[in-house]
Amino acid sequence: MPEDFKPGCARPSGTGPAESSPAESAGHTTPQEVKRNMIMVGKKAPDFTASAYHQGKFINVRLSEYLGKWVLLCFYPGDFTFV
Amino acid sequence: MSVDSIFVHKIWNDNELSKMVKGGVPFPMLSDAGGKIGSVYGIYDADAGVETRGRFIIDPDGIVQGYEVLTPPVGRNVSESLRQVQAFQHVRASKGTEATPSGWRPGKKTLKPGPDLVGRVWEVWKTSEAFD
Repeated sequence: MPEDFKPGCARPSGTGPAESSPAESAGHTTPQEVKRNMIMVGKKAPDFTASAYHQGKFINVRLSEYLGKWVLLCFYPGDFTFV
Repeated sequence: MSVDSIFVHKIWNDNELSKMVKGGVPFPMLSDAGGKIGSVYGIYDADAGVETRGRFIIDPDGIVQGYEVLTPPVGRNVSESLRQVQAFQHVRASKGTEATPSGWRPGKKTLKPGPDLVGRVWEVWKTSEAFD
């Protein structure tokens, strides 16, 4: 499971998506390439690593560490927003 | 997960959210600088520079079973998210032999798809069961 770390002055952000999107590596995109990159139910969730705050500690979270468990991955617009 | 840094997550949790939820947020609050992960998941709004309200149900094999995306002003229904997880867990435990009809909750009737059920759902399931 994730271990905590001591952040320096730089803003820690994990490493992001595990693979670069086809759009970035190809330089140009066709509609097919864009479609391939979209989330589909019944297909693998793209893996990623992100820094996180959890119960008083800073940790790095990798989605694939949660294999074997059910995951609810929730995005939201921003801290200190109202809803 | 939002585009905010883990430092902002800490202050939001410690100064505000912990006053709403005893012990603070129980799950990791993830940081997605620049919306890189949100872009891969198709929910990052590059014009506004923020993630929209995307919610993904990922099963123990890492497969996306469902998702929902809302624009910022409308909040989610947590009970509905949990209901969906419970339904997917039930289907998985049955090894795909059962399906959960509209509005299913734990304890309610499931359906067993097969040749005998074709054209006869009306005999075993009523539309009133779709509602709470």
